[in-house]
This record gives sequence, structure tokens and C-alpha cells, in this order.
Amino acid sequence: MQPAIIRAERVEKYYAQPSENRIQVISPTDLSIATGEIVALLGPSGSGKSTLLRMLTGLSAPSAGEVYWHEKPIATADVNVSIVFQSFALFPWLTVLENVEAPLKARGMDAAERRKRSMKILDTVGLDGFQAAYPKELSGGMRQRVGFARALVVEPEVLFMDEPFSALDVLTAENLRSELLELWQNKTIPTQAIFIVTHNIEEAVLLADRIIVLGRNPGHVRTDFRVSLQHPRDRKATSFTQLVDYIYKVLTQPDAQPPALPQTSTGKPVRDQRQMHYQMLPHARPGGIAGLLELVLDHNGKDDIYRLADDLAFEIDDLLPIVDAAQLLGFLTVTEGDAAITPTGTEYANSEILRQKELFRTAAVENVLLLRQIVRAIESKSDRSVPEDFFHDMLDEQFSEEETLRQLETAINWGRYAELFDYDASRRRFIQSEKLHQEANESTAAEIDA
Amino acid sequence: MIHLPDRFSRLQPRETLARTQVLERGWPFFLDLCIAAIGLACFYAVVRIAMFWAGRPEPEFIVSLSPRALPHYAFYSVVRIGLAYLLSLLFAISYGYIAAYNQRAEKVMIAILDILQSIPVLSFLPPVMLAMIALFPTRQLGVEMGAIVLIFTGSVWNMAFSFYSSLKSIPRELMEATNIYCFSRVQRLFQLELPYAAIGLIWNSIMSVAGAWFFLMACEMFHLGSRDFRLPGLGSYLQTAADAGNGVAICWGLAVMILIIVATDQLVWRPLIAWSDKFKFEQVESSKRITSPILHLLTQSTALASLSHRLVDPLTESLYTRLAKHRIAKLRQLTTSRPQSRLLSIVVRIVLVIVIAAAVLYAALQAVALLRPLPGAAYLHIFQGAIATFLRVNLALLLASAWTIPVGVAIGSSPRLARIAQPLAQIAASVPATALFPVLLLALVRIGGGMGIGSIALMLLGTQWYILFNVIAGAIAIPSDLKEVATLFRFSRIQRWKTVILPGIFPYLITGLVTASGGAWNASIIAEYFPIKGQILQTIGLGAIISEATGGGRFPVLLLATMVMALMVVTTNRLVWRPLFRLAETRYKLGA
Repeated sequence: MQPAIIRAERVEKYYAQPSENRIQVISPTDLSIATGEIVALLGPSGSGKSTLLRMLTGLSAPSAGEVYWHEKPIATADVNVSIVFQSFALFPWLTVLENVEAPLKARGMDAAERRKRSMKILDTVGLDGFQAAYPKELSGGMRQRVGFARALVVEPEVLFMDEPFSALDVLTAENLRSELLELWQNKTIPTQAIFIVTHNIEEAVLLADRIIVLGRNPGHVRTDFRVSLQHPRDRKATSFTQLVDYIYKVLTQPDAQPPALPQTSTGKPVRDQRQMHYQMLPHARPGGIAGLLELVLDHNGKDDIYRLADDLAFEIDDLLPIVDAAQLLGFLTVTEGDAAITPTGTEYANSEILRQKELFRTAAVENVLLLRQIVRAIESKSDRSVPEDFFHDMLDEQFSEEETLRQLETAINWGRYAELFDYDASRRRFIQSEKLHQEANESTAAEIDA
Repeated sequence: MIHLPDRFSRLQPRETLARTQVLERGWPFFLDLCIAAIGLACFYAVVRIAMFWAGRPEPEFIVSLSPRALPHYAFYSVVRIGLAYLLSLLFAISYGYIAAYNQRAEKVMIAILDILQSIPVLSFLPPVMLAMIALFPTRQLGVEMGAIVLIFTGSVWNMAFSFYSSLKSIPRELMEATNIYCFSRVQRLFQLELPYAAIGLIWNSIMSVAGAWFFLMACEMFHLGSRDFRLPGLGSYLQTAADAGNGVAICWGLAVMILIIVATDQLVWRPLIAWSDKFKFEQVESSKRITSPILHLLTQSTALASLSHRLVDPLTESLYTRLAKHRIAKLRQLTTSRPQSRLLSIVVRIVLVIVIAAAVLYAALQAVALLRPLPGAAYLHIFQGAIATFLRVNLALLLASAWTIPVGVAIGSSPRLARIAQPLAQIAASVPATALFPVLLLALVRIGGGMGIGSIALMLLGTQWYILFNVIAGAIAIPSDLKEVATLFRFSRIQRWKTVILPGIFPYLITGLVTASGGAWNASIIAEYFPIKGQILQTIGLGAIISEATGGGRFPVLLLATMVMALMVVTTNRLVWRPLFRLAETRYKLGA
């Protein structure tokens, strides 16, 4: 085992709430990056991948625990790392060359040496001739090459990448990925380790020597294993697809223990820690759920999630919330990475819109605590309306501000679709749905008639 | 391949070099001469100013109405506005920077800014003037400084706001990039923060300088108690001409002022806007661009290029080297430092906060004590004035909207009309309304109108442009498919306005109205109280009360009236404009 360059010891991240409650974003986690390895960090959105990356680089201080750089606390060490950002984070008012020179300028390197080094690295990443261009004149792929040049010009010991290829089209991403791998394997760059955050499972399996999968609520390491496939890796090879399938299974079964690892890798699973009052609403739209169910039905009511994603050309991040939502509503069951439609799910997929809404309404009230509470609160008020703030405050105890807003947005979306309630955006209040109101009036009228 | 003889190959580069030098010299040489001349002129101007300022104070300067004095006066006014602007820029950048990065100070600093920008210029006059004259009692410098600070108080706040909000909206990943690559604060300022804020700062600078011209007359000539201050300048020239009812002199003054404003626009703002195009934070290149021949010439100048190469580059290089060394030294210190010093710094900070709080409390109590001798009638008077000004401001806004909305929508919906009308409107808007005011008032007096109409007319003149330009922009931004839907379903005229046009321009209209409302409140100090033809025309209003109290040196009244005005402006901002703004940003925002 190589010595660790960066080692995190029981780092966690939480936000303190005024009510002494705290929102745990990442639970205490141990993690280290050793010389000579490419580490990939996978996880669904909201599992704190980026937060973890920022703590490891020293950009953001952990709420508790400590990060060490060569066994020295990272805040006091002269850290030599770089980050390649998803949005490239280039300065649009500087030329390509000035962008690449900027970090060297910060280190006080003299002008001639700076120029020489920058030109050399531009040559390495295939940007010679573009030094006088401005980033906005370049294509996305070329821009990310500038991002790589800027990251590599300081000869970082560890190169961090935060979803570096996800803003690029598939072919460009593939091309850049293989060039990076080539630089790394031929030791053209003096970088000792690479740490890549991604939500693309195949990308992780293609690049990494070690894969860490995070779970969410709060973020925690679910599994951490080595990949011993030989480079160059073949996407079509059975060992490759087996590994991809395995990671899919881990990701689609957030509650279960990770299943036994396939033969090609070794490692130890880490315990899952979840303890929450509200379940997290997956951010899926009712239309998306219906679409997915119809697709599963077309595949004879049962199929591999990996294959479904492939069919839809969806990233796992786009598909998982929909699968989660269908599962939450009892329309779908997921076992071993296979999604199977339930009888209610079948009926939902086959019904016309009004019946669909009815089924959705029943399922939502039965299974989703937040929606049930909103409906009850509206019913118990004489004016049939409840301020949004009321639920905002309750959710706030458990979720971060950003997530609370997204939870409410999803709840409003589902509630409106199911005609459980309506939402008055200008007054920010939940109000009784027009239809329910009419029905209630009719039934009281009927009672009086009787 | 032809093998060139040795002699020839050695010769050729020199020859081509010589030829390119001769060829390229034509234009840039002339340009360099111009730049050298500008340098000399600057030197002369500085000497001239310094001689005047270091001289004895001339509080009762006799303003000559001869057109021959005008270039001279115009020069002094331009220097004053220029210095006030530089001061504003420095202040805005430092204030915005501290407010954006110091979490503890942020809330307080922004609240202070919000209040300060609602206080009219004249209310700053007594404290500023008295302080400056106390600082330089025997020099003209004191009075000049006072005027400059006064102009500064009228133009700085929006710039500070702009810089602050730009800093707050810097994308997170760019900020992280500067952190991970260990940028020093200086490098971050020059490579990230200033470029990112540049466009907002430039547009706000243009507005601020326009505001400075608006209040120039009030800032160059005023009474303070028994003392009468007149500074040689364009503002005092116009004011004196109005006082004397000299129409010819007013026209001369106006002509010079318009000339200067147009020249500033062409020589300063246009090149700046064209240059700032590279600071646009966008990932794709836009096709439409503002061009400026002046900027083109400047970038061609070899003198400027070599100045930057010989002087600026080595300076910045050595600065960056030193900053890098400093960082490493600090890192080393961090590893060896003890936690004891932190406790000490906390204690120091607490003591400092207590001292500042005590001082502020004491001063505030003293100020309130100042109000004690005021009779009840004064309160009533100020209250009446406040209501009168409130009604006047809103009437002016209403009148302005009444003509600008239909006209603006008409201009915005027809590209042909926009091409003709927009430049005309821009020229009309660039003339400071205060300069036109005397002409207008003289005409009004002649036909028997009074200050009641005059004050609303001035507010209208000064603020309608904000609304007009915003409405035009809003009408242009309405997507054509929405208009096509309206035509397709044969919407009636009323329905078209109610469902397409008004909601479409709403966010822009609100932006225009907010700016106009602030401007109208501020303008009330001039609009309601104006000395002309040897007499003072005034009407009941908060602005008149403030102007009168400043002139008469009645500080308690000034303080109370200022407080009432600030309170009213801040309250209407909170209760009316902010909710409307939110509505505009949520419900009436076009697009995602």
C-alpha cells in the first residue's frame, strides 16, 4: 500500500440550525488518496460528492474531523492540488495563455519561465496555436482543454476533477478522457494521484483504480473497492459490464447492504446510516413516472435499470429520481437492479388521464407523509388555506435550505397534478383544490337535501 | 530551393523591419504626438488648478456672465466632477468590497447605504462644508473640497451598490479557482473581481456623472447661514444667469454644457463601453457590439503600448513576486503561531465595537437633542411639506408613465421608429434638466404659471427618461410569438394591452419607476425652491424646506426634514417597490 497524500479523518459536514437541530450533509467519513491511483467518487445527487471534494482540497473546512496533507493539517500545509471544474471556471476576459499563466503568476514565477511552462503545457493538451484566443471563441471541448492546461501547469501532486466531462457532448468527452488517461499512464505529467467526482458509472469504471460509492441522507461511503481490470478497458467485456451492473445495484438500493462484490474487485462495505422523519421526495415529475412505467410495461413489466437507462439514453442521475418516485408511490419494485411493475403500476400506466390522477392521489396520500400533512392541514383550517412557511419550517429542521425549497417544489408539483391541493404563488399559501372544494360543497348540499 | 547568399539573408530582415517601421509610422506617430500633447495639457491643468486652490479663499466670487469666461468656468466644473467621480469610484470599490467579504459588517453597511442614498444632496451640505472649511481655513482648497465632496455624495451610492452586488454574484467555481491556485487578494481583484464588476460599474458611472451635472448648480453656489459661497464654474454661471434673468447667457451656458456632455460621451463613455465588451461574462460571442474609433486609436498607439510594456509590466511583476513570497511566509507563520494571539484580537475587537457603538449612540442622542427647541408648528409644517412632496413625486411619475408607456411601446415595437427615435431621445435625456429649468421657469412666469407647475415639470424632465428607456427595452424584449398569438386570435386593443404588452414590459417598467422615484425625491430640493430674477420662487414641500433650512443655517429643521425624507423614501422602497420588484421577478419574468 502506497502512503497517503491526502487523508481525511472522520470528516463531516453539517449546518447548524437555530433550533439546535443540525442538518447533516456528510456523516463522519474516513478517506485517503494514495500515490499512483485514480480514485472515482460516485453517488446520486445530494450525496455530497462535491462537498467532499472541496473538503479534501482544503477549499472548505470540515465541520468536524481533520484533513491531512502528508500527515500535516491541511490548513497549515503548502498544498499543491488543482481542480478541473464542471463549468471550466475560466476567466472569459483573459486569453488562453493568460488563463494558464494566472496560477503561476500567483506563485511569483518570473515572466520568461512562466511563458515557457505555459506554452509547453498548452502543447501537451493540444492547444498550440490557440494561446491568443479568448475562451468564448473556443468550443466546449477546447475550453475544457484550457481548464486541464491550467490545472496541470502547476504540476499538482493531486489532480481533482469535479464532473469534468459532464458539460461536454459524448464524443468530445470520450476523446478528452482517453487523452487524459494517456498522459497519466505515460507519466507525461508529474501528477501523483487523480481524484474524479462523477455521476457517470461507465466513466468511473473506465478510468478508476478505485471506486468509492456514496449514499445520501446524509452523505456516507457505501462501498469502496479496487478495480483491477487491465487498461485499456473494453466496455463490451463481461468483467466491465458486470462491474457497471454491480454499481447500478448499489445505487438503486439505497436501503440495502451492498451486495457481494464480483470477482474483479475487493473491498469492504461500510454501514449505511439513515434516520429521518420525512422521506426525501425524489425530484421527478408525474409525467416522467408515467413514461417510465409505460416503458417497463413494454419490456414485459420487468427489466434491468441499467438497460432502461441505456434505452432512454439517460444518465443515472436523471433516471434514479424517477425510479425512486415510482418505488415510493408503490408503482414499481426494485430488486437486484431489476425494476418490476406492480399491479397498481400496471393500472396506472394503462389508464387514461383522469383515472391516472385518481390512482396517483391515492398512492400519494398513502405513501408520502408531507403530502398527507398538507392535505390534513388544509382540511382542518376554516379558510381552507395554509401558509407555505409552516411546512418550510418543518422541513428546514431536516433538510438544507436549498433542499427544502426543492422538496416543497416537488410537493407542490405532485399535489397540483393529483388535485390534492392548489398553491397560490403570490400569497405563498397552499389552498384547497378547486375540484375538491366543489365536491365538498356538493356533498354538503346532498346531505342537506337528504 | 534557392540558396541565398549570406550577405543577403543578413540584410533582409533589417530591411523589412525598416520598411514596416516606415509603413506603420504614419498614423501612430501622429497619434503619439497627440498623446504627448494631452500629457502636456494635463500638466498645465494640474498646475493651474493647484495655483487656484492654494490661493486665498474667495467665498464671494463674482461670477462673470461674459461668454469669454465660459471655457475657464467649464474647465473648473469638469475638474470638479472628474475628481468627485474618481473619489466615488475609489469609495464605491472599497465600500462594496468590505461589505461583500466582511460577514459581520455586511448587513449594517448595506442598510447604511440604503439610507444614505435616500438623503438629498443638499442635506449633506452643512456638515461637509463646515468640516472642509475647518480643515483648510485659509485656502480655496477647503471650499473646493466641499463642492467636490458634495458632488461625490450625489453620485457614489449606486456605484457602491453595483460593485457590491457584482461581487456577490461571482460564480462559485470561479471563486474556488482563485482559491485553489492561491491567488493573492490583489491578483483576485485585478483578474476576477474588477473585470467581473466592470460592466455594471461603467453603466452606473454614466448615471452618476449625469447626476453630478444635474446637481452641479446646487453644488457650486449656495448660501450657508450668513455665508454665501460661489465657486467659479458652469453651474454657478447658469445659476447667476438665471438670477439675473439673462437669457443670452443661459443659452451660452447651456450650449457649452451640452457640448461637454456630448464630448464626454464620445471620448470617454463610448470607448469604455466598447472596451468593457471583453468583460461580458458569457460563453458565446455575441454578434452585436458597440464600436468606438477612439478606442481603436488608443489600442494602436505605440507610445501607450511601450509605456505599459516598460513601466506597468515590471511593476506588476515585482508586485506579484512579492505577494507570493508573502503568502509562503504567512503559511510558515501559521504553522508556528500560538492560539493566544487570537484571544487578544477578540478582546481588542470587542472593545473597538463597544467604543464605536458608544460614540454613535452619543452623537445620535446629541442630534436628537438638537431637535428639542423646535416648536410644534415646525413639525406640522414639515409634515405638510412631506405630504405635498409625496403627492408631487407621484403625480410626476404618473404623468411620466402616461406619455412614456404608449410612446415607448410604439418605439420598441417598430424597429424603424426605434432607429430614428432612440438616438434623439438619448441626446434629449443627456441634457441635465436643471440647466433647462431656468428657461422653463422664465417662460412659466411669463404666462402666469407658478412654482407648483414648475416643480412637477422639473421632476418630470429629470426622471421621465429612465421610464422611457426601460419601456423601450421592455417592448423590444416581448417575444414576437406572443404578439403573433395576439394577432392570430384577434385580440381587441384592450385585451392586447392587458394580456401581452403591459405584463411584458412590467419588470422593465418597475425598474424605470424605482429609479425615477428616487430621482424625483432627490430633485425636489431644486424643483421646489429656485432663485430666479433676483427673487426666490418656492412652493410648499419637503425639498423647499430643506433648501431653505440650508440657506438659513437652521440645522434642527434641516435635520428633521432630512430624516422625514429618508424615512419616506426608505419606507416606500420597502413597502411598494420591493414587493413589486419581487412580483416582476417571479410572475412577470419572461423565459424560464
